[in-house]
Amino acid sequence: MTMMKKLQASAAAIALSTTAVAAQEVEVLHWWTSGGEAAAVGTLRDALAGGGVGWVDMPVAGGGGSDAMTVLRARVTAGDPPTAVQMLGFSIQDWAAEGSLANLNDLAAEQGWADVVPDALQRFSTYDGNWVAAPVNVHSTNWVWANTALMAELGIDQPTDWDGFVAALQAAQDAGYTALAHGGQAWQDATIFDSMVMGVGGPEFYQASMVDLDPEALGSDMMVEAFNRMETLRGFVDDNFSGRDWNLASAMVINGEALFQIMGDWAKGEFVNAGQTAGDEFTCFRVPGTEGTVTFNSDQFAMFNVTDASAQAAQTEMASAVMSPEFQITFNLVKGSVPARTDIPSDQFDMCGQMGMAQLAEAAAGGTLFGSMAHGHANNPSVQNAMYDVITAHFNGEYDAETAAAELVTAVELAM
Amino acid sequence: MAVASTENAIRSSNFTRVLVYLTLLLFALFYLLPFGIMLVNSLKPLDEITGGNMVALPQTWTIEPWLSAWSTAQIGVEPTGLRPYFMNSIMMAVPAVILSTVVGALNGYVLTKWHFRGATIIFGLLLFSCFIPFQIVLIPMARILGILEIAGTTVGLILVHFVYGIGFTTLYFRNYYAAFPTELVRAAQIDGAGFFQIFWRIMLPSSGPIIAVSCIWQFTNIWNDFLFGASFASGDAAPMTVALNNLVNSSTGVREYNVHFAGAIMAAGPTLLVYILAGRYFVRGLMAGSVKG
Amino acid sequence: MAATDAGQGTDADFRTRLQNWLPKLVLSPSLAVMLIFVYGFIAFTIYLSFTDSRMLPSYGWVGWQNYERLFRVREWDIALTNLAIFASLYIVICTIIGLMLAIFLDQKIRGEGILRPIFLYPMALSFIVTGTAWKWFLDPAIGIENTMHLWGWTSFQFDWIKDRDMAIYTIVIAAVWQSSGFVMAMFLAGLRGIDNEILKAAQMDGASNWNLYRRIILPQLRPAFLSAFVILSHLAIKSYDLVIALTGGGPGNATALPATFMYSYTFTRNQMGIGASSAVIMLMTIAAIMVPYLYAELRERK
Repeated sequence: MTMMKKLQASAAAIALSTTAVAAQEVEVLHWWTSGGEAAAVGTLRDALAGGGVGWVDMPVAGGGGSDAMTVLRARVTAGDPPTAVQMLGFSIQDWAAEGSLANLNDLAAEQGWADVVPDALQRFSTYDGNWVAAPVNVHSTNWVWANTALMAELGIDQPTDWDGFVAALQAAQDAGYTALAHGGQAWQDATIFDSMVMGVGGPEFYQASMVDLDPEALGSDMMVEAFNRMETLRGFVDDNFSGRDWNLASAMVINGEALFQIMGDWAKGEFVNAGQTAGDEFTCFRVPGTEGTVTFNSDQFAMFNVTDASAQAAQTEMASAVMSPEFQITFNLVKGSVPARTDIPSDQFDMCGQMGMAQLAEAAAGGTLFGSMAHGHANNPSVQNAMYDVITAHFNGEYDAETAAAELVTAVELAM
Repeated sequence: MAVASTENAIRSSNFTRVLVYLTLLLFALFYLLPFGIMLVNSLKPLDEITGGNMVALPQTWTIEPWLSAWSTAQIGVEPTGLRPYFMNSIMMAVPAVILSTVVGALNGYVLTKWHFRGATIIFGLLLFSCFIPFQIVLIPMARILGILEIAGTTVGLILVHFVYGIGFTTLYFRNYYAAFPTELVRAAQIDGAGFFQIFWRIMLPSSGPIIAVSCIWQFTNIWNDFLFGASFASGDAAPMTVALNNLVNSSTGVREYNVHFAGAIMAAGPTLLVYILAGRYFVRGLMAGSVKG
Repeated sequence: MAATDAGQGTDADFRTRLQNWLPKLVLSPSLAVMLIFVYGFIAFTIYLSFTDSRMLPSYGWVGWQNYERLFRVREWDIALTNLAIFASLYIVICTIIGLMLAIFLDQKIRGEGILRPIFLYPMALSFIVTGTAWKWFLDPAIGIENTMHLWGWTSFQFDWIKDRDMAIYTIVIAAVWQSSGFVMAMFLAGLRGIDNEILKAAQMDGASNWNLYRRIILPQLRPAFLSAFVILSHLAIKSYDLVIALTGGGPGNATALPATFMYSYTFTRNQMGIGASSAVIMLMTIAAIMVPYLYAELRERK
């Protein structure tokens, strides 16, 4: 069965599971505008249509959602918020703090969301103990994507520690390949940096520096070491990396020009689209040093206060559809991520998906599931972007590692 | 040719002429290059783009990307292409251009032919408004549109573009009318013609070139605006630029560059047309208008 | 300059009064709209720059704190330095190219009707439209460098957009591409407005072409220079789309400009207070350029 047919079939399944009547509408602001993503959101629209709920589409692409957030501010200020908005991490908390979000407690209690959504995610979907958003997926960001043919050719086994990782990169570089496919954009630099911090200092250090923003941790020797590792990786990136989109970096691994890419699991969609299969042409493993931990980000639909009763009913309907196991499976099969619910069977997912789901559940249970700084799940946007500034300046050679760690302390202080 | 060609007093040798022609052609090439790249690649199949040379002509010519961008490409959830958004942009740009041009013409007329105390300061205030960075007006504007209950509508967007266009149009018309002989206005007044009669009978008929300048300027700015369009009219009322951005800027998945280029040229079509059709008046209008200090 | 001073009888009196009021009446809506939507908003922004606003406006007074922070942020320094580099190069190069093309086009060129729109059309396109093409063009892997290599010039190198010291100059190139044709049109209009009799007379006196331009034509173009300067400097300060489309502010933060800084702090980083303070600085810069110009321009009229 092709992906599209799967999608259509599942859309029908979700449609059956929802049961509303009456002419209602949801207006949805999102930035899922590319082919596969848009098709995945389309299944949600179809599902709601089956329940008599209309869908007013309001896509605003660009800047990883930052343009959409600007539009949202204009809409809320005008007193005309959309019904639901695709949102990440701390933004949900900020909007909830403004009192702009609806209360989904009744639905959540009825469907038992608290039992199936990991605590680390609930941290973002709830505010003051109230449900304000419906999580769609969990992306984990500490993955390495690897070209298996190239690994075989170079005689590389899957590296299990940092030194092994560096040795593998070196082997690829010596053989004339690009060792690490990377795009020089601030968020991509930061995605790698997350894993370096976790790899150097482990969960406690990650918590202290990225989440608690402890100045001592931020300026510590371990942080210097994390920056040192960034420099090491910089040495394995080709000259032309600056400004490259992440999917073009993925394409380098797909085409066999490059050995590894460190990227979140949305990269898998590129490999699958290119007709490759996990465990066959490409493989995935956690960034060496971060095994046992998962850094994540989670797309959620934040539900805004709507006054009108029929709009509220439609909103509830949408939240219910988003949390339905059918939609969670359909959407995440396309998106490469894993469901936000931990009670979903993994048999429809590929090797990487299954691994991701198992490791997510483990990390959630063991307390090693952390929000990704690079994706706005460890600290608020002002701190996150201040960190971006330092990380990306260092990666582009403006600072050495010691200066970078010191700058990180200052930047975070200014942003708080 | 646009401008009445009076005899040019400057003579030059053949050698200089060749040099002049060469330079002009070289620059023409430079100006055409980005558009050329877009056009050539919008007519190629995708695999020719990813594998090949940026400036090479297509081996297989195809209009498929154009059809796709126009009517089937995915803009958000709906595979509608750019077609529906085209009308949105027209509905927004045309009234806003007309309104701001009419008001600018009247303002220019008052400021030059009905001078009163304080008029200069008012003009200064209007002119400075051209320079306000649009990013700072976003939030307060949203509030006001909300109060007026026209947030998220084309009407709201027309208001915004009208408001921030007045400064420019007033500047153009004021400078143009300043060169218009005031004696004619006085004579008409003595003959008993009123304020609007003079405007209608005497000023307007000779305003062709500056109306062209004003319309070209306003149409280009309004058509190309993204920030206001995205903030105040996304969804069904979204203008072309917002839809184009959704088409081109999608973050994941295969990038169909040929479709993107076709869409971009389409989005640029009306402004290009306006420049080519009305461009001949442009220099003439500028000549009498904004250039006069 | 009163509208009329003749008034005979009460009817005429009323008409005169109406005629006296009409102009002000016609102007007043524009003035009201400006006072609210421009000056009201500017006042609001100035107020915000002294508050603790983060994601949405809020009204806790914090004094000069946002300004102090603004000038401690390294990216603001970079943005200001970049603006200085960008604006000066952009204005100078556009003026030179615009003037040169205008003078050349004014030599009774065959095909002027075709060339002029070619020079002018980039002004019609936004960088949302041409951004991808520019990115390609400047990208060493697929753009001009690669093309030259394919044509056999293998030592050709043009990778400025990837180089953090040179990337700002690629922004200048694209910006010049967009506006120099427009400047050309302004100068061409100026040239066409010069009285030919004066030129002929000077030529009779034996002035060379060079002297003709230096002594007579260029001084007469002074208004065009001034208009070009004002339009270019306001475009330079407002430049935003261009940077986002070409480099997104990168590599690193190497191509940030005040406009991108302001947008990023206000809308992406939820530090609206600092964003507002940077906007106020921008407005003051614009005012510092514009007010003397307006003063000169408007005084001349009287």
